Amino acid sequence: MLHIKCPYCGMRSQNEFSYGGDATVKRPELNKEVSDQDWDNFVYNRKSPRGKHWELWQHISGCRQWIKVERDTATHEIFNTLKANEEIL
Amino acid sequence: MSQSYRLDNVGLINREKKLSFKFNGVSYTGYEGDTLASALIANGVHLVGRSFKYHRPRGFFGAGVDEPYAIVQLYRNGETEPNVKATEQELFEGLEAKSVNCWPSVNFDIGAINNFLKIFLPAGFYYKTFMWPKSFWYKIYEPFIRKAAGLGVASIKHDKERYEHKYEYCDLLIAGSGPSGLASAYAAAKNGARVILAEDKARHGGTLLTSEVNIGNQSGKEWADGIISELKEMPNVIVKNRSQVFGYYDHNMLVMSERISDHLPKTKKFHPKQRLWYIRAKEVLISSGSIERPIVFGNNDTPGVMLSSAAKEYLKVYGVLVGRNPLIFTNNDSGYETAIEFKKNGVNPIVLDTRKDPQSEIVDEAENLGINIKFSYVVVAAQGYKKVKSADIAKISDDKEQLGTVENIKCDCICVSGFWTPTIHLASQSGNKTKFNEDIDAFVPGTSKQNERTLGAANGSYTLDDTLKSSFEAGYELSKKITNNDNKISFPNVVEKKSTTHDKFWCVPLPEGKNYKRFLDFQNDVAVSDVEIALREGYRSIEHVKRYTTLGMATDQGKTSNLNGLQLVSKIENKVVPNVGHTTFRPPYTPVSIGAIVGREVGKHSKPTRKSPMHSWHEKNNAVFVDAGVWLRPRYYKQGNENLFEGSKREAKNVRTNVGVCDVTTLGKIDIKGPDAAEFLNRVYTNAWLKLPVGKARYGVMLREDGIVMDDGTTTRISENHYHMTTTTAQAANVLSHLEYYLQLVWPELNVNVVSTTEQWAGAAIAGPKSRDLLQKLFPNLDVSNEGLPFMGYMEGDLFGAKARIFRISFSGELAYEVNVESDNGNFMWEKIMEVGQEFKIQPYGTEALSTLRIEMGHVAGSELDGRTIPYDNSLEGLLSKKKDFIGKRSLTRKAFIAEDRQKVVGVVPLDKKTSIPEGSHLVKDSNAPLPNPKLGYISASCWSVEYDNPFSLAILKDGKNMIGEKLFVMSPLKNKVIPVEIVSSHYVDPKGERVRS
Ligand SMILES: [Zn+2]
Repeated sequence: MLHIKCPYCGMRSQNEFSYGGDATVKRPELNKEVSDQDWDNFVYNRKSPRGKHWELWQHISGCRQWIKVERDTATHEIFNTLKANEEIL
Repeated sequence: MSQSYRLDNVGLINREKKLSFKFNGVSYTGYEGDTLASALIANGVHLVGRSFKYHRPRGFFGAGVDEPYAIVQLYRNGETEPNVKATEQELFEGLEAKSVNCWPSVNFDIGAINNFLKIFLPAGFYYKTFMWPKSFWYKIYEPFIRKAAGLGVASIKHDKERYEHKYEYCDLLIAGSGPSGLASAYAAAKNGARVILAEDKARHGGTLLTSEVNIGNQSGKEWADGIISELKEMPNVIVKNRSQVFGYYDHNMLVMSERISDHLPKTKKFHPKQRLWYIRAKEVLISSGSIERPIVFGNNDTPGVMLSSAAKEYLKVYGVLVGRNPLIFTNNDSGYETAIEFKKNGVNPIVLDTRKDPQSEIVDEAENLGINIKFSYVVVAAQGYKKVKSADIAKISDDKEQLGTVENIKCDCICVSGFWTPTIHLASQSGNKTKFNEDIDAFVPGTSKQNERTLGAANGSYTLDDTLKSSFEAGYELSKKITNNDNKISFPNVVEKKSTTHDKFWCVPLPEGKNYKRFLDFQNDVAVSDVEIALREGYRSIEHVKRYTTLGMATDQGKTSNLNGLQLVSKIENKVVPNVGHTTFRPPYTPVSIGAIVGREVGKHSKPTRKSPMHSWHEKNNAVFVDAGVWLRPRYYKQGNENLFEGSKREAKNVRTNVGVCDVTTLGKIDIKGPDAAEFLNRVYTNAWLKLPVGKARYGVMLREDGIVMDDGTTTRISENHYHMTTTTAQAANVLSHLEYYLQLVWPELNVNVVSTTEQWAGAAIAGPKSRDLLQKLFPNLDVSNEGLPFMGYMEGDLFGAKARIFRISFSGELAYEVNVESDNGNFMWEKIMEVGQEFKIQPYGTEALSTLRIEMGHVAGSELDGRTIPYDNSLEGLLSKKKDFIGKRSLTRKAFIAEDRQKVVGVVPLDKKTSIPEGSHLVKDSNAPLPNPKLGYISASCWSVEYDNPFSLAILKDGKNMIGEKLFVMSPLKNKVIPVEIVSSHYVDPKGERVRS
């Protein structure tokens, strides 16, 4: 079971969180023309990298904040966690 | 004679307390502190089971966790448990156990005929034989294998025992309380670290209980006892026995199973049987010791052949002789320790040492005691069927290839020592890259991935002095790192005998003309010849050899067989062992009971149960409940002998003619506040929200980004910046997360807060033509006329002193209202509604009637909004705003979503107006078409229309828009039904929606 550092609550067990997918995906702005390809990429197309991956987790059984977690998908090592409003560098 | 193999003055058992027990129906006695194995051996019982494949007789091979043979079916306090190791099961008064793997009995086993006829099942036998003909599998092979194989029978009864889960955090988790575990725990605890010390066995001390050593002028056992009692007094230390750390998971999470009551005749009141510990440790010290490995020779599975260390443990811990005429077969000094213990207790062993001329203190001591030692000698084969009677022995050449003349000598047990294998399972599970140590012919932990370190014998260190020194140091160092304390304790003086090197010999060659089975894996009956076949047939990777031969795949996970298997493969393949590599170690290290894994989450505790504040009223009024997610909801209120169909029909009819009340507390409720709340709703819902006035409700549909309908419900503007959203019962949690996602990540600039208020409000839906009259009586001071409280209106009121929210919304399609009060007042509200409603012939209605009402009105719900449908499919396209953007809007232009013949919700009526249509049935054009019959759609929901008194269903049908009036067939292969039907509008009752506005 992973041990995830919530930026608000500290180190908490994985069973307090729920997974939310790739954190680097940006929703196209509202009321803007979006090509089919761009929309498909936003809705469906995801990389499945082996190695470092920025992903979203929600601390559902805690502070309910969505957070960004940099995790190695092969080793489960967690390098960094950020608040929702912090930019991934 | 009773316990004739028990010595008088040796052992750690409690001779004051005699215990009686039964094995295979025969009564025996033992002592408190025995294991089932030690008690049986004390009584001269060596035949405990049959092997898995050939059903050869099996005895005891080890004295603990590594035991491959002695697996029994245990009976305790009216319950039975399979797959129990006799070497681990502690004896208690009244214990009963039976052999497994044998039929009809352990002494006469039909499966063993295979053995006598020499039809040995070779490697891959199962793959090769049971493949054909296919029909044989069910009729012959499977029943035969089921009868003949297995490690006991699982109980089909409900387990009455309680199992617990516990979460714990510590600085240091130390797995194993032998010398290294004790030393590191002591050093770390004295330096202020929070320590958990876990021991698998009942007794702490590990090898200190059986070895002749001296630490700080005490015997090893005295030293261990002293350390343990001191640790137990320390507030920063948890000391656990009977606790196996069996799994090492990510981020230093380890799982340990504690056997709290297994050693007692009966679990004490309020105690669990077992407890599963989830331990998050900053650092882990693995002090799991090592397991002696066998030397492979002919018939080495005969009862009476066992590990030399086990023989010593039976003698020193339990005061039990495994034989009176022992033969010790060794390639290292450890065998001599066992020989010396025998000799000291008046038994004359013979030692066969594969080495030519070993020089060490312990060999000298054995010689001085007058023990008969034969150097450069090996056991060629054990003789005897159900117990060793003699051994064929021979001199072996220096190159270990040639055997001399074979002689036969009498013996009643053969104690084997092929040197020691470090127990690296936990280290390997943690991701540690293990490495091969040539000096000890075994793998040891290498580079750590997580915060773990392996100490002592588990790390290949076999001298006590080294082990204690490095363990004291490790405990001190790691605790210093964590606590910043610097209390170093002094190191005791250690006296032990020095050993010399072992002989890298592991398998005795077959003598000329003999074809003895030489077993590698004792539990799965894998012999040298099986591995040879596998390699001959082209299996190269050790992982493939393992699966083809089942080497190391039994419940003991090859604890005694892995390395010898690797040695064999490396020899045949002419590779060094590290290049063969070992198979992956995976948790659990030892079998864990399903009960412990499940814990308290059984039966109705397998998930939380949510009840509305009116639950006890429903119970008192004969509600029949149904699971709605984790909620319990009344399905119908049973009157007399009514069944579900009759009851729900009565309730639905009463709503259509009078008035009914339904508990709608379970609906998700979300409070939305903030100056940007309207803008937020406008983006979340598909329809327009910017102009909703205060005091008005609106129905809304929300989509996922892929255009699929996520949920629907009404949202009411309570005040300028305050909205009350309702969701379906099932989607409440998902919708909240969805809203939080957009507010926190996508549009953080919106000034809006959301919070779940599902638990804060109790809800009652009042529906039916007389609902307004009832409402007026409940709120006499309010104007609830059609003008005062129009459809989709909202007002606040006082319900006999309770603050209430009144919404004019309808799910049933009737004139209807929903009243919410604070949860604590829910029951009060309900009772008042029922009391005041009497004169209007009010009846409560459950979810079944609720479904009937919504289905015949054509209101879509969860069975249509099933995660596969878009708004159009549900005839909700009228709610899609063309003027604004919203979540998922861009997806709705996808080609498939705008196809001309896109599926759409329709109504379905059987032509005979009698036959009920099963939900999930398929709609087809021609019921006689050849298979696969093209499917046009499916029945999503069915009811008995109370309005028209005939069956009515909703369906999602291809090109549904143009299908009204068509005649199709409903097919249900599950119910074996074919029903001719007509497609009608989904709005079967009141298609213009006049009632809700009346
Ligand atoms: Zn948090």
